[in-house]
Amino acid sequence: MNEYVQTLIGILLAAILSENFILVKFYGICPFMGVSKKIDTALGMGMAVTFVMGIASAATWAIYRLLVLLHLEFMQTVAFILVIASIVQVVEMFLKKAVSALYKALGIFLPLITTNCAVLGVALLNVQKGYDFLLSVVNGVCGGLGFTVAIVLFASLRERVEKSDCPECFKGMPITLVAAGLLALAFMGFSGLKLF
Amino acid sequence: MEILIAIGVLGGLGLIFGLILAAASKIFYVETDPRLDQLNECLPGANCGGCGYAGCGGYAEAVLKGEAEIGKCASGGDECAQAMAAIMGVKAEKVARKVALVRCSGYKRVDADGKDVGAKMKGEYEGIKDCLAASKVAGRGPLVCKFGCLGFGNCVKACKYDAIRVVDGVAKVDQEKCVGCMSCAAACPRNLIVPVEYGAHVVIACASNAKGAVTVRGCSAGCIGCGLCKKICPSGAITVENNLATIDYSKCTSCGLCATVCPKKLIVDNNAVEPQGAAAK
Repeated sequence: MNEYVQTLIGILLAAILSENFILVKFYGICPFMGVSKKIDTALGMGMAVTFVMGIASAATWAIYRLLVLLHLEFMQTVAFILVIASIVQVVEMFLKKAVSALYKALGIFLPLITTNCAVLGVALLNVQKGYDFLLSVVNGVCGGLGFTVAIVLFASLRERVEKSDCPECFKGMPITLVAAGLLALAFMGFSGLKLF
Repeated sequence: MEILIAIGVLGGLGLIFGLILAAASKIFYVETDPRLDQLNECLPGANCGGCGYAGCGGYAEAVLKGEAEIGKCASGGDECAQAMAAIMGVKAEKVARKVALVRCSGYKRVDADGKDVGAKMKGEYEGIKDCLAASKVAGRGPLVCKFGCLGFGNCVKACKYDAIRVVDGVAKVDQEKCVGCMSCAAACPRNLIVPVEYGAHVVIACASNAKGAVTVRGCSAGCIGCGLCKKICPSGAITVENNLATIDYSKCTSCGLCATVCPKKLIVDNNAVEPQGAAAK
């Protein structure tokens, strides 16, 4: 049991910091660049992705058990995409009803969570590492939290960069990409992190 | 056999998720104003930004909320304004179609005696082929005239409708293609481009505010503010201010007398397909 808790905490820390989905694994760069102009919307996007990743981890765990039962493991990718797409649709409808301001702010990036490779990535990773249900969900939720940490940090960087005096040729996307690279470098510092 | 199971499993999963989605769309149904979609249908969908909103969708929303007036869409014109008014249940005034006009006649050409006429150059410009860059060099660019069209086509680049061409060194707007969004006016460092009514028979194709003698030094087709057009105009539509004539189209009857007396031949028929320069060649 003690060992199990250690694994759990290990996964938790790895997903948020040392194996951060955006800054270390380079998954989900599209929303990372697209929805990081303001801290508020970045936080909203992070929350939405966290939610989807958590639910997707749980659902894909169940689907994978079903596929194993029928010896259809080779279909995992296509089945996972189906699950993720459906979940994102439901989340979109829910947000439109419940938090319409966030729905508008996220815009096109909300349906694009469907193709966010962080979500599919976490589902496939869970299978690859052979996590059980609890570990899968923890990995999913913490992966999402790591996404949130990265995108919110990056949004606060961008808000400052926006107002700073930067050379004309670097304005806009170039300086944003440079900033993203520097942030990723900073996160490399966590790669030596090993608790147990 | 395995392939059949695979098809069955994936199809079954699809069916289950489809049902969940159908249920969710019922539970989370949000009523939207059907007029918003209708308004969006009326608008051209070009997202040119001529109305001052982020795009056609933004303008439609503003109209629905009552924040924006109907008829701001230059691209859609009168047809669009009337259709939008019908949806909103109000009456719209008739919207006159406007097109952009480049106020310069300094086409570089050769007259009948073989003399160079049009705008004069004070030197060769070999810098970046860009109006803004050219207008920033010392002495405000290669033309003697400080108002003339530089002809590097910043307006051509700004036009989303392919309505502007540079002919003989001066930009010319194609009235038929122009929708009047005025993106070109914002791109022109000389502020040469203004809106005029579509199909205007007389337009003043010069923007020079310089004194007559100064204008003549730079261009054989610049307005010197002589006032002949003002004197001959029977309806009093022309005024001369700051050495430059302007036409008030609410009074203009398109008689064309001003065009006949203008010594510099810069009052032109905007419906002429070929610009002066190309025609004189």
